[in-house]
Amino acid sequence: MTSTAVIQLFVFVLAGFVGFQAITRVPPLLHTPLMAATNAISGISLVASIVLAGANQSLLSTVLGTIAVGCAMANVVGGFLITDRMLAMFDKAKATKQGERASAKVH
Amino acid sequence: MIDVFIQLAYLLASVLFIFALRSLSRPDTARRGMQLAAFGMFIAVAATLLHTRIVTYEWILIGAAVGALIGYPLGMWVPMTAMPQRIAFSHAFGALAATLVGIGEYAHLYHEQSLTRGVMTALGFEVLLGALTVTGSLMAFGKLQELLPGRPITFPFQNFFNLALFALGVAGLIWVVIFPYDVWVFGLICVIGLLVGILIVMPIGGADMPVVVSLLNAYAGLAAVATGFALDNNVLIVVGALDGASGFILSVAMSKAMNRSFANVLFGAFGSASGPDEATASGASGEMTAIQVDDAALRLAFANRVIIVPGYGLAVAQAQHQARELVDLLEKRGVDVRFAIHPVAGRMPGHMNVLLAEAGISYDKLIDMEDINERFAGTDVALVVGANDVVNPAARTNKSSPIYGMPILNVSEATSVIVLKRGKGAGFSGVENDLFVAPKTTMLFGDAKESLTRLGAEVKLA
Repeated sequence: MTSTAVIQLFVFVLAGFVGFQAITRVPPLLHTPLMAATNAISGISLVASIVLAGANQSLLSTVLGTIAVGCAMANVVGGFLITDRMLAMFDKAKATKQGERASAKVH
Repeated sequence: MIDVFIQLAYLLASVLFIFALRSLSRPDTARRGMQLAAFGMFIAVAATLLHTRIVTYEWILIGAAVGALIGYPLGMWVPMTAMPQRIAFSHAFGALAATLVGIGEYAHLYHEQSLTRGVMTALGFEVLLGALTVTGSLMAFGKLQELLPGRPITFPFQNFFNLALFALGVAGLIWVVIFPYDVWVFGLICVIGLLVGILIVMPIGGADMPVVVSLLNAYAGLAAVATGFALDNNVLIVVGALDGASGFILSVAMSKAMNRSFANVLFGAFGSASGPDEATASGASGEMTAIQVDDAALRLAFANRVIIVPGYGLAVAQAQHQARELVDLLEKRGVDVRFAIHPVAGRMPGHMNVLLAEAGISYDKLIDMEDINERFAGTDVALVVGANDVVNPAARTNKSSPIYGMPILNVSEATSVIVLKRGKGAGFSGVENDLFVAPKTTMLFGDAKESLTRLGAEVKLA
């Protein structure tokens, strides 16, 4: 095993531990936003896709990279938007006690 | 120098992502935290554009533009009831990106003749897990969207066949680690991954989808981790680990809420052959007592404490807004109204909370199962709307019931119970419900939306 791989393993295990700690504290109330949020964040594979799409290695790599950029970008944009939309509802539900605005907005 | 700068940007992004997940522990900090995470994403992507390997930007721009065009409707137009399939669909996207990056990287290193065993292990995992998640998620999407039949599809020796195929995939993985330049084996891993994804979700029924969607979340995360290992990219490892942890925690929570083990969900094909048989054997005895809308409304209007138990039937009938109107009317009369949220009340973890919040119901009225169960004893009326299995006392009392051991809401401890139900049929798992024939229970038959509207109208008159 190379030293890089060992460092990577360190990062993985510690990040998993932090993730476990943080996520067990998320109440069931917010589990759906949590899933949408991790979905959005996992769009970080965009950074790997960008390098592949822009490296101009071969036609195959460029095509695969471009599709990957599209997929990851869709997750980033869609994921953050829908998470924000949901969390805004939890804000709003608190703010407008009677929820008049909410009922006016939805059909 | 640029490399260090990029790494620091990734570090900042990782910190912001973890911060965002921590902020999700409270509804009032959550939104802010996620906005910071979006900022972190922006930093990471912007820094990546400076990467020395990038020589042309046109394909990046094209891909990003198309992705943004697809992402916007996925973010803004998808209704909250469709969240489960929307999330499943995104898992497919995320996993597809990881898989394609894996294949592209393999092609690149193959061309340069610089494949090492370590990188090959990571790439193999990435492609196997990624491909599996792509088709698995698309299957889950198809089932949730009802493009595919929701009931389990089984065939003889299914589990054996699936395991054998998966074992073949793992064997292929070991093979390419030893002989990295056998392209056809690498291709075979992809194909096997795709097949396994289809096959493992095929026998899983609609009721178990929350577990499957969470589990696919974890797999997508692990695929991202493998990408990070292959490309030596720490932010991918961190995010993948967070994603994986989240997926596993949610799958475990869901399995627990259904009192099923992982293995049972994955290999059980619940509710196909064995479910209904056992249910009829344990069959509830007695007759359901029907109630008229005006009687039910009076009982609600003159109660002190009411707990509403929403089930998926409420969401199917799109009756969240009618539920909120009823709550508003009751609260005006000084009735204390709460919602009891079972962990599997919707089609994905926490789904019911989102549906009710969308209707404008304040989240402090949405109480989790553990916290509300002790309140039922002092409650005058428990109003069950379109829920069945999550209030079935057989889960406590009847050892032969397929849902025995599943944690349920203590609805039967309330002074009286009113159940809104479409018809007299059994629940999603095909199990009869003793609660519905209990002496303190009365049934209000009909569409949940219509019943709630009429209840509201009657409460106004009371």
